[in-house]
Amino acid sequence: MGGTREARETAAGGRTRLVSGPGMLVVWLYGVMSVGAASRSVYEITAKFDQAPLAYSLSAVAALVYVFITYTLVRGGETARRAALVCCAAELAGVLVVGTWTLLEPSAFPDSTVWSEFGYGYVFIPVLLPLTGIWWLRRSRAA
Amino acid sequence: MLDALTVAVCVAALALAAWCGFAAYRDQPTKDWHFIGMAVVTLLVLAQLIVGIVQLARGEKAEEGTTIFVAYLLGALCAVPVAGFMSLAERSRWGSATVAAGAVVLAVLEVRLHDIWTVG
Repeated sequence: MGGTREARETAAGGRTRLVSGPGMLVVWLYGVMSVGAASRSVYEITAKFDQAPLAYSLSAVAALVYVFITYTLVRGGETARRAALVCCAAELAGVLVVGTWTLLEPSAFPDSTVWSEFGYGYVFIPVLLPLTGIWWLRRSRAA
Repeated sequence: MLDALTVAVCVAALALAAWCGFAAYRDQPTKDWHFIGMAVVTLLVLAQLIVGIVQLARGEKAEEGTTIFVAYLLGALCAVPVAGFMSLAERSRWGSATVAAGAVVLAVLEVRLHDIWTVG
């Protein structure tokens, strides 16, 4: 498997492929989180935005970040890799800030967000995924 | 009927996850038998979707609302087939790992579906 990797990585028009090997699993998880967070925030914002505007806005931001990272991973290439790396770092910072915020000031959040309590409602995937993403993106740096 | 199907899908999904997880552990891509397994799980989810819609049409109400219920039914239907197509594009252990992850996601969706449907 290791021998064919280099050949596959540059197969798509010279761009570094980011969805080969472990990248396939990473992009699947980002895809799931994108669909989950996006559909959740569309529903929450259209149906009951007044109940917890802060929480629902933060969920929408999370959804945008996930969709963008999924897109850059699928697109591939060095620019996309750098953009995804920046977004993974922003995502990690977001999870940590929102996670701490929800613990320190629960009254500001009548309803939970995707990143509440470091992603407890999503089996902590929100806090683990950016770490996995950063690991994968650093590993697939263009040689 | 819906509860029984939810439990059946959940168990089948976890079995599929273990099976494909084992293939990933043994460094194998997904094979024909795995795809038959995915088809069985997907048929169960399709049956669940139909039963769910029939029950809604009969006037039964989902506890957390019809929109969320139908959205989760559709999401559950897509999870395993999409992961299956991705494993066709990635013919290595990581394709198997992706299907395993997809099956785990399906099992979680089933637990949520149960909460969404049932009062309490």
